[in-house]
Amino acid sequence: MKTSISPSLIFVTLLLLGLAATAMAEREQRYFDNDSLRDRYEQLIWELRCPKCQNQNIAGSNAPIASDMREKTYELLHQGYSDEQIINYMIDRYSEFVTYKPRVTAGTVWLWLIPGLGLLIGAVAVFMLARRSGQQGAEPISDAERQRLTELLEKDRDAS
Amino acid sequence: MTRRWILFLPLGLIVVLAALFSYALLSGVDPSEMPSALEGEEMPAFQLSTVQDSLDFKTVEDLKGQPFLLNIWATWCPSCKWEHPYLNSLSQEGVRIIGVNYKDERDLAQAWLRDYANPYELDLYDPNGDLGFELGVTGAPETFFIDSQGVIQYRYQGPIDSALWQDELKAVYENLD
Repeated sequence: MKTSISPSLIFVTLLLLGLAATAMAEREQRYFDNDSLRDRYEQLIWELRCPKCQNQNIAGSNAPIASDMREKTYELLHQGYSDEQIINYMIDRYSEFVTYKPRVTAGTVWLWLIPGLGLLIGAVAVFMLARRSGQQGAEPISDAERQRLTELLEKDRDAS
Repeated sequence: MTRRWILFLPLGLIVVLAALFSYALLSGVDPSEMPSALEGEEMPAFQLSTVQDSLDFKTVEDLKGQPFLLNIWATWCPSCKWEHPYLNSLSQEGVRIIGVNYKDERDLAQAWLRDYANPYELDLYDPNGDLGFELGVTGAPETFFIDSQGVIQYRYQGPIDSALWQDELKAVYENLD
């Protein structure tokens, strides 16, 4: 039996291939000893920030320094450095500026603490406001008021 | 109510943030300015040949002894060309400058130093940018202020001119020991 491939399928396939080609165009061809190294490489160049460009990681930058840092990351991975050692290697030369995941230090620990503290303060404030309005709740009604209420209700029922 | 002040906490927070942001906006903080990780650190070890002689290797020990400027430059760098005459005049005033020819070609560098004069006591040739990487260099020109022990005291990114030297950098250089 003869199978036919529709022209539109060919068109879409070519289009996707074209897109893939442009997405890869900026990057060096690299060969890895194994897939785990490749995954770690992709992860690292995604997390490292280009020192020469505003808000771009080294994966997405064409700056010469970003290319040097990709090369260095690749070399160090194959020399058996751990991810943390590679990031520290870059920080030792290019300062904390180059990582999008800041290290926990006395100065940066606030990045994690402030949201929690904010929530805590908010929760305490809400709790205290709620309790106060609870205390200020309506006084119990007096017998005279209860009498008047019953009269009103009965009047209403008679009317309907 | 004794705890009414707590209602003003968010307002207080906004005021503090607004103060912080307007400080950042008005004081002209440059967000692209990157601190140097190397200030206060020893100059990294290296072994590089000179621009003039591919067999003449130098190490960090050849630089120590007297304070100096370490100037990263390249023939492909327009600001380096702009900066070069001023480096020549600094050198004539007796400022010790070591040149690092960064990611460049030897014959181009030689021609440059012949044509525009050579302000450098020593011309290191760093074609792959290895020393540059160790120093956290992101481009050229960059200038490191290094004391006689080989400790990096200050790093300046960009071309140096006479106004900048007189206003800021001269004092940094004179404080090196």
